[in-house]
Amino acid sequence: MHELSIAMSIVDLAREEAELRGSPGVDVVYLKLGPLSGVVKEALLFSYEIACQQTPLEGSRLLIEEVPIIVNCPACHERRYVQSIQSLCCAECGTPTPEILEGRELMVTALELRQ
Amino acid sequence: MIPEPRLVEVRKNVLKQNDVLARALRERFREAGVLAVSLVSSPGSGKTAFLEKTLRLLHPRYGVAALVGDLATENDAARLARSQAPVKQIITGTVCHLEAAMVQNALNGWDLQELDFLFIENVGNLVCPSSYDLGEDLRFVLLSVTEGEDKPLKYPTIFNSADVAVITKSDLANAVEFDEPAARRNIQAVRPGMEVFKLSAKTGEGMTAYLEFLEGRRVRSRTAAGVSK
Repeated sequence: MHELSIAMSIVDLAREEAELRGSPGVDVVYLKLGPLSGVVKEALLFSYEIACQQTPLEGSRLLIEEVPIIVNCPACHERRYVQSIQSLCCAECGTPTPEILEGRELMVTALELRQ
Repeated sequence: MIPEPRLVEVRKNVLKQNDVLARALRERFREAGVLAVSLVSSPGSGKTAFLEKTLRLLHPRYGVAALVGDLATENDAARLARSQAPVKQIITGTVCHLEAAMVQNALNGWDLQELDFLFIENVGNLVCPSSYDLGEDLRFVLLSVTEGEDKPLKYPTIFNSADVAVITKSDLANAVEFDEPAARRNIQAVRPGMEVFKLSAKTGEGMTAYLEFLEGRRVRSRTAAGVSK
């Protein structure tokens, strides 16, 4: 369970960005989360509340957008979804592929700042 | 004064600090001509035995060293030091994985120029280490025959983050009725094309092929980096 340390990194990052923009605090943090990031959404949400305590982010919300794994299919020559995280095969034609284009995201995409 | 927009775009990786440090480490390894290999697995899969055997076989033909991460105790470092290679223990306390900063700190006082291989043994954990780049050239994920063939399906993320799979404790395979084709199928399902070695640190079975692979990778990465030592 490393979600608490990840949550603390999110709080630090959001705080820095808010300060940079002269804002007193943050209302919402938007996060993009891929299935291959190694981070569990529920554990992260739980940890986030704890990580925010006694910081300018206390009371803020973490909005997580879960994004799918996307690979380059060597047979279709296209960006494709996979069958599942347990089966990295093109969802259209079934060709296995290790060429992951998206799915590792653990990224703060936007913030709603307090005025 | 124009007020700042309320919604601002950021687009920053949460682990950017770790990623920046890891990139710097990778560059240092490349410049020094060191092949850095990290090991991840569940606790008890034989990382330390495998590493001890590896160090013994490579030392003193090559400059080898190891960093070993554990929540507590220096037992593993003491065990690995029997190989005569330089070894440092990283005690993580309550942290369940290694991070690039811990590797960077542990390297203080070591001259990378003297090394050909650096091994980094992560904390025994199949979940958390997958999120952290340590600057390694290769990540090995170990799976012992006693663990069950479906480990890759249960922990696809860590298998996906690794470059090479090593099936350990092959000397016990018959006793536990290890289904090797199933294990290989599962590895390929979560990481198509992954290189797999099956070996026993105890009997030495399979160690030669794995060492040849390591030596080949070292030559390849040095040639690519233009290092001539």
